[in-house]
Amino acid sequence: MNLEQLVADLSEGRSASLARAISLVENQRPGFERLLAAIHSSTGRAHRIGITGPPGAGKSTITQSLVRHYRAQGRTVAVVAVDPTSPFTGGALLGDRIRMESVALDDGVFIRSMATRGSLGGLATSTREVADVLDAAGFERIIVETVGVGQSELDVSRLADTTVLVLVPESGDGIQTLKSGIMEIADAYAVNKADRPGADKLAREIEITLGIRRGNAFRHVPAHHGFRARAARGAAAHPAASNGDAWVPPVVMTVAVKEDGIAGLAEALDRHFAWLVSSGELEQRRRRRTRDRTREVVERAARRWIWDDTDTQQLIDARLDDVMAGRTNPYEVATEVLDGLRQGSTS
Amino acid sequence: MMTPESHAQPRHLARPVRVLVAKPGLDGHDRGAKVVAAALRDAGMEVVYTGLHQTPEMIARAAVQEDVDVVGLSILSGAHMTLFPRVRDLLNEAGRPDMLLTGGGIIPEDDMATLHARGVGQLFGPGTPTSALIEYIESWAADNLTD
Repeated sequence: MNLEQLVADLSEGRSASLARAISLVENQRPGFERLLAAIHSSTGRAHRIGITGPPGAGKSTITQSLVRHYRAQGRTVAVVAVDPTSPFTGGALLGDRIRMESVALDDGVFIRSMATRGSLGGLATSTREVADVLDAAGFERIIVETVGVGQSELDVSRLADTTVLVLVPESGDGIQTLKSGIMEIADAYAVNKADRPGADKLAREIEITLGIRRGNAFRHVPAHHGFRARAARGAAAHPAASNGDAWVPPVVMTVAVKEDGIAGLAEALDRHFAWLVSSGELEQRRRRRTRDRTREVVERAARRWIWDDTDTQQLIDARLDDVMAGRTNPYEVATEVLDGLRQGSTS
Repeated sequence: MMTPESHAQPRHLARPVRVLVAKPGLDGHDRGAKVVAAALRDAGMEVVYTGLHQTPEMIARAAVQEDVDVVGLSILSGAHMTLFPRVRDLLNEAGRPDMLLTGGGIIPEDDMATLHARGVGQLFGPGTPTSALIEYIESWAADNLTD
């Protein structure tokens, strides 16, 4: 594959070339790191939005509604939708496009499905680098939809500028909202299917939880009994969502299938991005991530070198009988391997 | 009892084969398409399933964006002589003449031969076991996919 041609085609927005560049990165084929190096200076322009939440909460429907909203504003959008790979067969059924039919023929929209391929953090290992390719291709918004998550699949928060946690009234009670993990990473909450009973209660509990973290727990709770559900609680109901320098995650009620609340959600995401920029957090976050990213590239290269270009595996295999017989152990073998690598004698 | 280590991947590829399963046209019977999608998934493939009522343009666009190796259409409406050539042409125009276009449905043998001459792969009639389709895709992949 001609890398220069691919990079040129990418900047011209050729769909087939973009799709193939994504595959190159997804499959980590030879040359993928050179491609990523070549496009790196063109990344960092898009607003990357992560959509996460439990299975069936409406992530794909919210994604489609957001895409339609951004398209109505004239913005281009790329979607990366991740579904799980079977641990038994390695196969996957990628079904998120079903919910994105209404934007399927729009030239300003690019949708790509990915399977997790064994990664357990809610994304595929290469999803972030796929987002880089889409960023370099010039999309203004990149929406990354995770697999249906439980409580601790948090990879999306390391990729997205803004992470949205989608919950439904059935998602649980106040104790669920107090738990660590997924509840802590959101920059905005969408209480979807908000026309169902319990939506307002969940929204209030999330706000109380956020308040407890800030130390003003019951700001959102009226002091009297007989609290009545607010019919339309959108971002407009939270004029002071940024509290001094700190970001206070808004809780937005949505009914995504009717596109109710989507404008408010999109506005909250824009506001979060503006806060990231003005507070300097975007710069800091990207700096931290670039550092982490560089470490990961080094680790990937080191792993590849150790397993592909040295005889480490043969050495381990040769010691296996001794380990099994109790004459040595994995730790001593590892020390031997590392000593060998340091001296260059195993390569 | 299978263990999570027993991946079925094509021997010569370091990645799963990617297949788009689509249901073009107006008929609302997608049981067959779903059975095929599930069978291909269980054979270790990554299956992009796009649902009912897809136009040829939607199918071709999804196939290109998803960079699939194989496009499988389920056509029960009798419109196969229009839909298969149309999707083939759109894939070719998008620069993907290399993608295998295959599928199934109620398709007379004469029509299968005509479509084959138009660049469509093997087609499968009602009652074909899914294993036949899996074997066909796997052997096509072994002959045609390099990375």
